[in-house]
Amino acid sequence: MARPRLTRDTLWAALGTLGLDRSRWNAQDPIVRRATAVALWLAGGIVLIGAFGSFNWTVFAAAAIVFALIVPPYAQLPLGRFVLPLAVLTVAVTYPFYLDELFGWPIFGPFPAMNTMVVMMVFVMMALGLNVVVGYAGLLDLGYVAFYAVGAYTVGWFASDQFSQRDFRFGSVGVSPQVTGIHLSIWFCLVIAAIITAVIGVIIGLPTLRLRGDYLAIVTLGFGEIMPQIARNGNELFGTNFNLTGGTQGITPVDAPGFGSWINTNVGLPDNYLAPSSQTIGFLSDTVNVFFWSALVLVIFTVFCSVRLRDSRLGRAWIAIREDEVAAAAMGVPLMRTKTWAYATGAFFGGIAGAFFASYKSAVFPDDFFFNISVFILCMVILGGMGNIWGVILGACFLSYLDREGLANIGAWMNEKFSLTLDVPKYEFGIFGVILLVVMLFRPEGLIPNERRRAEFETGVHDQPLYDVEA
Amino acid sequence: MVAALGTVLVVLLLLWLGINLSKNPSAFLSASLIGLTIGAVYALVALGYTLVYGILELINFAHGDVFMLGGMISATFLIGVFGIEGGEGAMTLWPAVLASLLAAMVICGVLNATIELVAYRPLRGAPRLAPLITAIGMSFILQNVGLAWKGAEYVRVQTPTGGTLLPHGQVFSLGGVSYSWNKLIVVLLTVPVLVVLIWLVQSTRQGKAMRATAQDKDAAAMMGINVNRTISFTFLIAGGLAGAAGLLYVLYFTQVRFDQGFQLGLIAFTAAVLGGIGNLPGAVLGALLIGFIQAFNERLVWHSPGSDWTQSIVFSILIMILVFRPEGLLGERTPEGG
Repeated sequence: MARPRLTRDTLWAALGTLGLDRSRWNAQDPIVRRATAVALWLAGGIVLIGAFGSFNWTVFAAAAIVFALIVPPYAQLPLGRFVLPLAVLTVAVTYPFYLDELFGWPIFGPFPAMNTMVVMMVFVMMALGLNVVVGYAGLLDLGYVAFYAVGAYTVGWFASDQFSQRDFRFGSVGVSPQVTGIHLSIWFCLVIAAIITAVIGVIIGLPTLRLRGDYLAIVTLGFGEIMPQIARNGNELFGTNFNLTGGTQGITPVDAPGFGSWINTNVGLPDNYLAPSSQTIGFLSDTVNVFFWSALVLVIFTVFCSVRLRDSRLGRAWIAIREDEVAAAAMGVPLMRTKTWAYATGAFFGGIAGAFFASYKSAVFPDDFFFNISVFILCMVILGGMGNIWGVILGACFLSYLDREGLANIGAWMNEKFSLTLDVPKYEFGIFGVILLVVMLFRPEGLIPNERRRAEFETGVHDQPLYDVEA
Repeated sequence: MVAALGTVLVVLLLLWLGINLSKNPSAFLSASLIGLTIGAVYALVALGYTLVYGILELINFAHGDVFMLGGMISATFLIGVFGIEGGEGAMTLWPAVLASLLAAMVICGVLNATIELVAYRPLRGAPRLAPLITAIGMSFILQNVGLAWKGAEYVRVQTPTGGTLLPHGQVFSLGGVSYSWNKLIVVLLTVPVLVVLIWLVQSTRQGKAMRATAQDKDAAAMMGINVNRTISFTFLIAGGLAGAAGLLYVLYFTQVRFDQGFQLGLIAFTAAVLGGIGNLPGAVLGALLIGFIQAFNERLVWHSPGSDWTQSIVFSILIMILVFRPEGLLGERTPEGG
């Protein structure tokens, strides 16, 4: 289905009157064409930043890096497919070192600060987890926040003084000897949280995955509403006086991550993220940077798993189910087992992300787990491009940036320019609603589309599954 | 196994109700009367869900928010336009209430039909997830419309002393429990709306077109039914019901806030599923049951979980119904079975 390209055609008509005909452009070498196009776009960007942003030399450096990454045809080189991911990774890893030098965008203002970056990484992890469920397997999960909550509360239980009648510690850091409660090392907690969340995912999934797409959506939504209510009312569970979740007060403080004193002395990694000792390697002493790099490691792990899963037998089974459940079943794909795996995998990453976030914030509050968050994460997956890992990362970064800093900056800019007194962040979810609507209507395949997904949206699929196909 | 489990649950529920009845009959009775009233409001919203689901197989997440806006529109008309403060004579109160009802129904109906035009119609051929996602987006947009319009506080529809605008004198008294006028009025306004709706769907040409479209859009189009117009009409009706529910809600509960529509919409959707989605009498039955369940849960004395758990209970019912008996209580899977 070819779409009319009105702006593009008008542009070429205008250039044609200047003697630059489209056929001459098309006769050029593809590399030259690409280089010219990218250079023009970047030049336009530089002019805009120069005119409306806060301009300095880093603009040119950034433009040069983007140019060098986009233009050459790396994919044709041996091992070339690793160039772009590795370059992006390098840019991300070194981000704390050059952040202060960077230029500022028009309207959006400065680049995100480090603590925003940590949150962005956490949401990237969650979005990638949801992408397995929604993007790969095509199961709409509206209760993903439940898994996030389970992960966060797991850390709350195993790494805080919540169960103060017990006193058990294993590898925990920075817990004073007077404090009781269960204190495991955060790294163990991440593993435990991931496993518990995956098991919960299976438990939720087993009875419900028989249901059709939209019924599944509503059931997951139901679970997503029940979980925070249990969290809110769990300080006196059914009148037993057993304080499971701390009620509306939540669980706070939660222990910080750290590698302990032995690794600190011998390797130099920080013993406690919040208060690294003097033996820590210099640049690892900054708390928020270390959190950022840890989150980045978790993101890399998630991306690696996502890529490998997508290309595995299981991943192909997910895509088959997404495209045509009946045909997939007829080809011998075990529906229940495959769907349950999708659920468990998505939940797994959601659990890790929730656990890490709880440790970073040093708190777990039931108010963090509203339905809004489920939609927020869904919005990231849809905006970025369902099923495309890079798109989902981009969508997650952009939306969580908007959530933490962007909308406030935009609002401040608007209020100053047009002398308004609008509280833009208040309408955050309205804006996300508009994003959902606009993306679904005009570009359902997302910013960076997955080719298969795009084809499905343009030609349609047979997604009217049988009602009661059993595995 | 599943059937046995379900039976056990139902028996336990009945046992709990029975013990409560014997322990404190007046609390039981007053809870029942409140349940009937809440159920009547839910029924109007649930019918909207069931109508739309029957015809498009789409869970219209924005429906609850249309209902919320209906409440706000009614509040604007009752307070802002007609200046009702409570305690007026019947000749002032009733025309104002009926005019507000009409305004809320018309505005919400047009709004709902517009939502269909903008957000669902362009996605008719797309995968099923697509309109579901735009529905969620629309729901958030409507919530923010409410937020921008009326702010984050409750919109109050009450007398200066904080009571309901409706007369709340006693209609009759039963075992020491009085049934007040404001509860009766909610039911009295609901019943004619339901009767008209059922007449519309079952006995008019337009209703026949709706049922035909719900059964098979292609065949209906071949029989000369304008499918798009029928779908628009269905959304118009559903929106009108939501508007009526909004008016009754603010009259009975005296307040509405921008984020209440979504929650209540989910409860009403549960009611529609409970009765058998696509089935009009089923939606009413389910809504009454959910209303009773909510009232019993919140007001019975002996071992009731309390209002903290209402949502969890309702959603547990939803999940159990979907898992064990997805066709609902009244059992028909054919859409628009009413």
